[in-house]
Amino acid sequence: MEPKTLFDKIWDAHVVDHIPDGPDVLYIDRHLIHEVTSPQAFAGIERRGVPVFRPERTVATADHNVPTKDQHLPIREELSRLQVEKLEENCQRHGITLYGLGHPYQGIVHVIGPELGLTQPGMTIVCGDSHTSTHGAFGSIAFGIGTSEVEMVLATQCILQPKPKKMRINVEGTLGKGVTAKDIILYIISQISTSGGTGYFIEYAGSAIRSLSMEGRMTLCNMSIEMGARGGLIAPDEKTIEYVRGREFAPQGEDFDRLAEEWLALATDEGAVFDKEITYDAADIEPMITYGTNPGMGIGITGTIPEPEGSEAEQASFIKALDYMAFKPGEPMLGKPVDYVFLGSCTNGRIEDLRAFTQMVRGHKKADHVTAWIVPGSHQVERQAREEGLDRILEESGFELRQPGCSACLAMNDDKIPAGKYSVSTSNRNFEGRQGPGARTMLASPLTAAAAAITGRITDPREFF
Amino acid sequence: MPREKFNILRSPFVPLPVDNVDTDQIIPARFLKATTREGFGDNLFRDWRYLPDGSPNPGFVLNKPEYGGKILVAGKNFGSGSSREHAAWAIYDYGFRVVMSSFFADIFRNNALNNGLLPVQVTPDFLEKIFTASEQDPQTELEVDLPAQTITLLATGDQESFDINPYKKECLLNGYDDIDYLLSIKEKIIAFEQQRNQ
Repeated sequence: MEPKTLFDKIWDAHVVDHIPDGPDVLYIDRHLIHEVTSPQAFAGIERRGVPVFRPERTVATADHNVPTKDQHLPIREELSRLQVEKLEENCQRHGITLYGLGHPYQGIVHVIGPELGLTQPGMTIVCGDSHTSTHGAFGSIAFGIGTSEVEMVLATQCILQPKPKKMRINVEGTLGKGVTAKDIILYIISQISTSGGTGYFIEYAGSAIRSLSMEGRMTLCNMSIEMGARGGLIAPDEKTIEYVRGREFAPQGEDFDRLAEEWLALATDEGAVFDKEITYDAADIEPMITYGTNPGMGIGITGTIPEPEGSEAEQASFIKALDYMAFKPGEPMLGKPVDYVFLGSCTNGRIEDLRAFTQMVRGHKKADHVTAWIVPGSHQVERQAREEGLDRILEESGFELRQPGCSACLAMNDDKIPAGKYSVSTSNRNFEGRQGPGARTMLASPLTAAAAAITGRITDPREFF
Repeated sequence: MPREKFNILRSPFVPLPVDNVDTDQIIPARFLKATTREGFGDNLFRDWRYLPDGSPNPGFVLNKPEYGGKILVAGKNFGSGSSREHAAWAIYDYGFRVVMSSFFADIFRNNALNNGLLPVQVTPDFLEKIFTASEQDPQTELEVDLPAQTITLLATGDQESFDINPYKKECLLNGYDDIDYLLSIKEKIIAFEQQRNQ
């Protein structure tokens, strides 16, 4: 048999039909929805007069708009409230399970899928959200879709999709002290640019990737979209199996053992061909920070902001980005002042991220001028953090654990960074205005965020070890 | 459900020579709270188009009276970032029917095609020619011929062909819709499910 990649094995097993000269009809195992990108899709199927085809394959939560304080009270902002109410109505009318505000399973859609065992190896998973790539950490094909495609899945459990090309990115060797999965992915994007992965699905491999925990792998796969790739995935191994085992919606008992065998066999065969392959040395990666207005504008934290290069248009875009940030080429990032710190999001809002941040700030105090938002990715993460006593350690250091949601990652709720202020954020995008109009975002790992929160300026987290 | 059909479009265009225009710039997240598809054009490029006090930014191209038309021409890697289809809706709702760039992000390209907005990818050289032509004459026109898959800068006669998936081309030419297609093969989908369960 011809050797196949992990991606091909999963994709090929889900093709219902090939359209000649057109896309594949791809069957979707798991569909996740949230309040922002689903209302028009429900309206669409209702206008067509068709029911939700397989309601048991769709799971909903409210995350983008929700406040991260006083979640027991009605949402104050009217439009946000209406959108969340619309989701409740739609789910009720169409028989879809909803983990809405107040539910113990509510949280960021890409955090709750894995923690509930809804995310499993070998699946196809879609959601109207580009960070659906997160679920690729489990060896699933997971990617973000638009609302028309959400409507397709609701109506037929399928979408039309051209098969992407395949790229393998290997990271080999041992990661340095203080270097996390977030730093790996920011490094990769800084090397191949925000469009270097466009048209590809990525498989991450190599010893440094294997060494990551499931949380770390989720952080890595989460940002695949930031290099333009629809998704990224990692072959299931024993860590994957142990993470999924026993979770509420995972298969149980003998079924699980049988499936676990199948999942392990999904790994890319020896000799399988990729359209592109890149290898990086883990030793070249230091804690990363971004200085510009796209996630590809990142450097090692001890580095200096580069000079503009490339075509006239590229230089103009580069200068526009630095003007927005009020930075200049040649400046070091270390020592730059910080006003806000955000720990959270589908990138870094998991228990391991909270632990890492807490460990760093333990015994230190938050800088007085820094406003910090510590936002767990889900109620389950929040509960676990409290059980482990992380909330008390955070409080002693001047931090407060908030309630779950997307929060300041995209500032659809009240958590907005004011214009002109500098934020060190563990989220995934530093676009102009992403965290609020005029906000200036620097993306980094939870460790680098913690160091910045303590000193009030960009600081190498390794100074704290 | 039937959509507006696309065939040949001749129109002046709006130049936006900026690279990496992400969907947060096209439509910022705080304007994604509507539950219908209409009206997003009002907030297209909101934070570039309006000053912090809410007045139009005279320096932004959509506020310059000399530019107009149904074609938006932007720098490379257009539509990166968030999967929000609201970006395609906003561009369409504003009145554009074609968006042109030397490179598109994948999700945006799909979203555009699913909404009758034609993404046309041209070479960087051709894009440069288009921008230069508009500097010389803001009213200069482009012709986008979908059946022939060509794009022509009418003032100079420069022409280039562009790629489009043949299935998607048929959809746009005839105003077809993917969901109608998928509904029409439901028996196949059910058969696939049954086969998998065995």
